Amino acid sequence: MARRGASLRTALPALVAAAALGLSACGGGSGGGGGGGDVTSLRVLDYYNNEPGKSTWGRKIDECGQQVGVTIEREAVPGPTLIAKVLQQASSRTLPDVLMLDNPDLQQIAATGALAPISDFGLSADGYQEGVKNASTFEGQVYGLQPITNSIGLFYNVDILNQAGITPPKTWDELKTAAAALTQGERYGVAFSAIADYEGAWQFLPFMWTNGGDETNIASPETAEALQLWVDLVNSGSASRSVVNWSQADVMEQFKVGNAAMMVNGPWQFPALDEAQGLNYEVVPIPVPQAGDTVVAPLGGETWTIPQTGDPARQAKAAEFIACLNTDENQIALASALTTVPTKTALRERFTTEVPRMAAFTEIVQTARARTGKLGAEWPTAATRIYTAMQTAITGGAAPLQALQQAQNG
Amino acid sequence: MADGRGPAGVVVAAPDRPTSTDATPAPPRRPAGGWWSPRGRERLLQLGFLVPAVAYLLLFFGYPVVQNALMGFQEYTTRTFYTGEAPWVGLDNYVTVISSNVFGTAMLNTVLFTVGSIAGQFVIGLGIALFFHRRFPLSGVLRSLLLLPWLIPLIVSGAVWRWILDQDNGALNRFLGALGVADDPGWLTSTSLALIAVIGVNIWIGIPFNTTILYGGLQDIPQDLYEAAALDGATGWRAFRHVTWPLLRPVVNVVLVLGVVYTIKVLDIILGLTNGGPANATQTIATQAYHLSFKEFRFGEGAAMGNVLIIISLVFALLYLRANRRALAG
Repeated sequence: MARRGASLRTALPALVAAAALGLSACGGGSGGGGGGGDVTSLRVLDYYNNEPGKSTWGRKIDECGQQVGVTIEREAVPGPTLIAKVLQQASSRTLPDVLMLDNPDLQQIAATGALAPISDFGLSADGYQEGVKNASTFEGQVYGLQPITNSIGLFYNVDILNQAGITPPKTWDELKTAAAALTQGERYGVAFSAIADYEGAWQFLPFMWTNGGDETNIASPETAEALQLWVDLVNSGSASRSVVNWSQADVMEQFKVGNAAMMVNGPWQFPALDEAQGLNYEVVPIPVPQAGDTVVAPLGGETWTIPQTGDPARQAKAAEFIACLNTDENQIALASALTTVPTKTALRERFTTEVPRMAAFTEIVQTARARTGKLGAEWPTAATRIYTAMQTAITGGAAPLQALQQAQNG
Repeated sequence: MADGRGPAGVVVAAPDRPTSTDATPAPPRRPAGGWWSPRGRERLLQLGFLVPAVAYLLLFFGYPVVQNALMGFQEYTTRTFYTGEAPWVGLDNYVTVISSNVFGTAMLNTVLFTVGSIAGQFVIGLGIALFFHRRFPLSGVLRSLLLLPWLIPLIVSGAVWRWILDQDNGALNRFLGALGVADDPGWLTSTSLALIAVIGVNIWIGIPFNTTILYGGLQDIPQDLYEAAALDGATGWRAFRHVTWPLLRPVVNVVLVLGVVYTIKVLDIILGLTNGGPANATQTIATQAYHLSFKEFRFGEGAAMGNVLIIISLVFALLYLRANRRALAG
């Protein structure tokens, strides 16, 4: 999942936590076991503190704990506070035995030296989707295994499109035409999130990457063309000017109540959309510049890591536990329950047969890329530039290429 | 009251009473007769009362401030948390943040946000305080209702205002539409309006604080002064000009300085409404410091940005102390 929700206010505790750093030697109990002896328990830290993820993961975590013969002490903190918590634990040497990280954060944390390469414990990411593997790799070493992944696609309201006699768009031109034709009264043709946050950058990536744009230097004609598409959609009135202040959750709400005929969003919105009575929707890959191009979308999802706790016996147990989360059966079970995609490429066909509604996303994921694949720990800076340029161009502050140049220069 | 001293009993930090922050005592001279004489024991007792306050200040104010000041000169990243290594980089962080494109915008926005918010809060707050100064039926109830914006958690007010100010379906634009204003202004989505909208919401939040303190100040002005002034023919505006305003000045100083210090560091309401967008139109020094530290993990640069804010606040604190001293001396 991309960084969830409007994180900001919940992130305030993080501020406090960081300020109090060094004063508080906090952290949970060190569990049973202890140095070298029998490991009887593992401490697990993740950010699935909301349903449905909370109990789906909870069950799987307990199951795997049982399988490797330990009791699990699980702590699930709110998503935006996880990194602050991890940094605090890193400095007070109280990291958990098993740590879940949002995939774009892995390289940042691996760079601190707080994580152990999984190959030390006989694990490997061979057979995993290339982008997923890249996201968990830092300086040539793999630091985590990610059982499931997701991405974003184009959702469309089947009834509205049928009524207007429009087929889901496959190219940028078709997207513009369809969005214009579907805009009527209070309803916009398409909705997306161009908010001043990483979510906004993440939504723009499939357009930018598919057209050959690159985050190492965003001031390129390819990225500018992609940005021009968004600017055109807003200026023509096919998308609301409010996109600059919409989170992905806001976009979903607009689509859900019928204020938008199409939207860019991810599969984690399925449960919320399914609640709406009479909403009939489907998903296709994000439209590409020219027919026949392959869409390159960003990869979401979390990776499971083994922190350097200084106790090899516990770390080995943690590795067994992570291996358990990543068995073929568990990847498929987690992906079905959480409407995501298994990361082992060999599971592709079996999964789409079992869960046909995930076919579109399974296809999207095959060619998707990791956000940190090129820039690693520098990704947050690049993402900030991307959304700043996006907002400048959409609000009319500068033409796309000029806006991108300004942002690239910091 | 020509001596210019504040009216007796002003609740908020009466200027002639030292507050705990400036209570650092002169180093105690060794009392005659040694520490165990009755006088010496009294001194020890006095010190004993001071220790908790001083320890608290050092631990919870001194330590973070010093730490933050130091961080501004270090390359402090996520790595530092694990390795403990934070190499000194001199003024590099300051050069980076001050020479970035966003710094000028953020500084200007901070000034506009602070001045705009305080002017609005103070004028409206004073107006309401004067209005409630004359008693009328139900004035007590109304006055307590006025506190509501203050009592609502900022998360809630942020969410509600975001909904009210929404361009397509917001209550404000619906209302304007009904009045015949044709185009829907993008309160939070246009770069020219977003800062104004955010200031407006912050004014709404700050009115109760201003009203409450100014109302308290008004209560302390003796009624007989107005009666005397009325005998001399000063009523209405002239009474305000020559009686209310001069006597309210110390309270006004307090309100304004506290206002600056509260407003300059506002974070939650801006993050909640616009997250600093669109295109940095509502980015302030405070939100940018937050972004650098907690979104980009550049803790050194974030601290440098934060220190800029601390220095500005310090300037205002000094101005406040000087204004007070002059008021006392006058």
